[in-house]
Amino acid sequence: MYAFEYHRPTSIREAANLANQSEDIKFLAGGHTLLPTMKLRLASPANLIDLGQIAELRGIERSGDAIVIGAMTKHAEVANSAVVREAIPALANLAELIGDPHVRNRGTIGGSIANNDPSADYPAACLALNATIATDKRRIAADDFFQGIFTTALGEGEIITQISFPIPLRAAYAKFRHPASRYALVGVFVAQHTGGVRLAVTGAGSNGVFRIAAMEEALSRNFVAESLDGISAPMDEMNSDIHADAAYRAHLVGVMARRAVQAAARG
Amino acid sequence: MTATGIGAPVRRKEDQRFVTGQGRYVDDFNRPGQSYAYFLRSPHAHAVIRSIDTGPARTMPGVVAVLTGDDLAADKIGGLICGWMIHSKDGSPMKAGPHPALAQGKVRYVGDHVAVVIAESLAQAKDAAEAITVDYEVLPAVVDTAQASKAPVQVHDISPDNTVFNWHLGNKDETEAAFARAKHVTKIDLVNNRLIPNAIEPRAAVGEYDPGTDSYTLYTTSQNPHVARLVLSAFIGVAPEHKLRVIAPDVGGGFGSKIFIYAEETICVWAAKKVKRPVKWTADRTEAFLSDAHGRDHVTHAEMATDESGKILGLRVHTTANLGAYLSTFASSIPTYLYAPLLSGQYDIPAIYCEVDGVYTNTAPVDAYRGAGRPEATFVVERLVEKTARELGQDSAAFRRKNFVTHFPHQTPVIMAYDTGDYAASLDKALELADYKNFQQRKQESARRGKLRGIGFSSYIEACGIAPSQAVGSLGAGVGLWESAEVRVNPTGSVEVLTGSHSHGQGHETTFAQLVSDRLGISIDQVSIVHGDTDKVQFGMGTYGSRSGAVGMSAIAKALDKVIAKGKKVAAHVLEASEGDIEFKDGKFGVAGTDRTLGFGEVALQAYIAHKFSGQDLEPGLKEGAFYDPTNFTFPAGVHICEVEIDPGTGVTKIERWTAVDDFGVIINPMIVEGQVHGGIAQGVGQALLEGAVYDQSGQLITASFNDYCMPRAIDLPSFQVGMTVTPCPSNPLGIKGCGEAGAIAAPPAVINAITDALGHEDIAMPATPQAVWRAAQKTRMPTAAE
Repeated sequence: MYAFEYHRPTSIREAANLANQSEDIKFLAGGHTLLPTMKLRLASPANLIDLGQIAELRGIERSGDAIVIGAMTKHAEVANSAVVREAIPALANLAELIGDPHVRNRGTIGGSIANNDPSADYPAACLALNATIATDKRRIAADDFFQGIFTTALGEGEIITQISFPIPLRAAYAKFRHPASRYALVGVFVAQHTGGVRLAVTGAGSNGVFRIAAMEEALSRNFVAESLDGISAPMDEMNSDIHADAAYRAHLVGVMARRAVQAAARG
Repeated sequence: MTATGIGAPVRRKEDQRFVTGQGRYVDDFNRPGQSYAYFLRSPHAHAVIRSIDTGPARTMPGVVAVLTGDDLAADKIGGLICGWMIHSKDGSPMKAGPHPALAQGKVRYVGDHVAVVIAESLAQAKDAAEAITVDYEVLPAVVDTAQASKAPVQVHDISPDNTVFNWHLGNKDETEAAFARAKHVTKIDLVNNRLIPNAIEPRAAVGEYDPGTDSYTLYTTSQNPHVARLVLSAFIGVAPEHKLRVIAPDVGGGFGSKIFIYAEETICVWAAKKVKRPVKWTADRTEAFLSDAHGRDHVTHAEMATDESGKILGLRVHTTANLGAYLSTFASSIPTYLYAPLLSGQYDIPAIYCEVDGVYTNTAPVDAYRGAGRPEATFVVERLVEKTARELGQDSAAFRRKNFVTHFPHQTPVIMAYDTGDYAASLDKALELADYKNFQQRKQESARRGKLRGIGFSSYIEACGIAPSQAVGSLGAGVGLWESAEVRVNPTGSVEVLTGSHSHGQGHETTFAQLVSDRLGISIDQVSIVHGDTDKVQFGMGTYGSRSGAVGMSAIAKALDKVIAKGKKVAAHVLEASEGDIEFKDGKFGVAGTDRTLGFGEVALQAYIAHKFSGQDLEPGLKEGAFYDPTNFTFPAGVHICEVEIDPGTGVTKIERWTAVDDFGVIINPMIVEGQVHGGIAQGVGQALLEGAVYDQSGQLITASFNDYCMPRAIDLPSFQVGMTVTPCPSNPLGIKGCGEAGAIAAPPAVINAITDALGHEDIAMPATPQAVWRAAQKTRMPTAAE
């Protein structure tokens, strides 16, 4: 790790001001990606702005037909939230599948989606649930937010404040863990809304989280796993590595999609 | 049996400190004035070093020194050695290339040591290392085991075809004749995947020099501190043996990887004198992946000949063993004398012939890893036996039973003389525990759920307690493989045992104390086990190859016999009886036929105050030493049965049942033995399903972190059914065979035999990852519920 300046603001305004006034900044949320990267000397921000002391970035509440989660809310808090469990159990289940207890008690939802790791779980939930990501400057639809591997719509110094998840009729997340890292080798989140079905895939895509329109249309017509028969995931958009080549990943997308639909249908 | 004696499931004495954070590992030692070493490592698998510019680095803040291979050469420091000479078929000695602790002219694998920076802090050392400029001429690399001898790349000048040796064992003519008259020949091609040890504690070293006494101390993560001292002094030449103290304190796992004498530890000793400061180095996990000696990495073709009744007539094996870029300390012995002599398995095979080509590649050195040669041999034998049984349409268990060795001693065609065993007894017990007779029912039930169920056997044998010094010497070992012990009885009757064995997780502080408790009739709380410090303990050979029970404890037993003999003399004087009338029983010395007795503690006190005898007719004191050299290897053996269920939709293999029935001879502590079996199976399952080191064609290690290298987790394993059978080992006084490696040896073929049984074909390699199994399952005809 290289030397850096450490800042610990206590409000969003203070954090934003620090970001504006400083060169070469990184926001520190749970730190489970950033800190190891810094320790390996692969990242070396001059200024690290720790968002951990900003109370207004934390918390979970139901607001009308949506669940609103503060950006600095930890995975364990989402997993254990009675509010989330009651309204969107699939989201609580997803949070429970992230990493291990250490990760879940440090990692945050805002940190996860700001990083947009192609194998992270939350981006799939955001896309499938048609979430809105609020920042200190604006509100961004999930469809516009995720822009490819480790790339988002966030501007320089822009801070995610909360994520709003519309409550679906039913939803489920099926995750096939990477054998070593336990990230999603393939994760499929499916959600049935009054306006139709949204289905998002993480882990598999060479360009990060994505939706599969053909599957969504078929499931919107009939929300049963059999609706997916004959629909395959786009092979040329699949990631390929020593653990899973494109064909295997594409196959797993189909398997996980079916399992997600079955789980959602079971309730 | 006393409450804490042999056979008692005593809780491990050492665990209190381990689980409460009170252990003292190398990294816990900080010496006054300590500096920190950081190694600049090669980013290339193969390159000529045209020049190294360390000038800017030397001026960086906190830098104490920057040293390279030139400095080593100037100080006439020797290279790292391989301590086991192997001769090729033509009689020529193996081709050992130079192995400098810091590269001299060339780097040969990613992670090879180019320079060391010593600084006030580790961060400063890292900063300075980034300021070193190395001008590399990058060369093509060879990484592939099977292609190494044909590659247009030469790792070492001494070996134009990258071949270290072409070695063989067995009788070629008899084997060819056996195949000529065979009714059936089964052929198999196998890859034994390369593994990375990953002990939980990475390697570490602190080197220290005392100019007042011109002596050195090395704190190091070693399984064998005396051997480290011997090699560092006699061969590498960093310090004279009598001026070098090697301390291996609590060590957090070794699995073989901490047997070897590496560059980093060597440099810490050497540099401590150069910079006149203690020098500390602790590997980070990436360094462990890159530079700890790896294990396995064989490519094998094997054939088994059988007659019309299904009796095995012969076995022939050709193996190419990847030894990496340099020969590590015992690298040459692993795929040769620790491998081929085990190819007879538990079977009566009249003719065996094995050829092994050891090859260099641009990869990390390969050496002993839990099992060391014996897992590789067992994988060949048990996969081939299984495939043969299937091709002959015979029941796997029945085919094995038909070919078991049943008369002992049994001389195999490949050196080993099995002393004792009852292989059928283990098989019978395992079949029962595994509920083999109802397996087909379970298979059908799985099929109804769309799952593939399979069962796999592994009837393994291993040679442990390595071994008679004369025998290993005749096979090329540079050292003897006996063990030493000293038993110091204190005036209060408490006992210190100084052992040449080294515990790095095995529980010696408990099991060795149990032996003392058993023999002397005192509580284990009265016994301390001292190991891991060359200034305290007499020369010893260390711990590996499941030898510490059979060899290390036998040395202690021998010393204890001497203590009891001396105690009888003391008691005779005190009790005014003839020495011949003194009996030692239940911790008391007594005069036969009387009720006059002395407790062990009383005799200890009398030995030291010496009031009741003159120093002329009996020496005061109660302290005895022994060196023990066994008469044979030991031969633990057993049967493991693995039952898996495969989800053909995802390729996930779930181990549903695991039955292990092992014959380890006499067991000192059944709880510790079961723990060793559990850990060994976990590592074997790791090899079979999860672990595999992958280099790309340029020689970059793709699996250089836990994100890509998959270690077994508790969730990957079932609850094990562990059973024991016992045939005491006749070649050591305690009847011990050894248990440390059995699980890792037995497990891989059990898993793969189960998967191939489930798949209905043989086409799956290790590690059988979900992707590999899913692909293999495409070729499997799904059974219908009616089948």
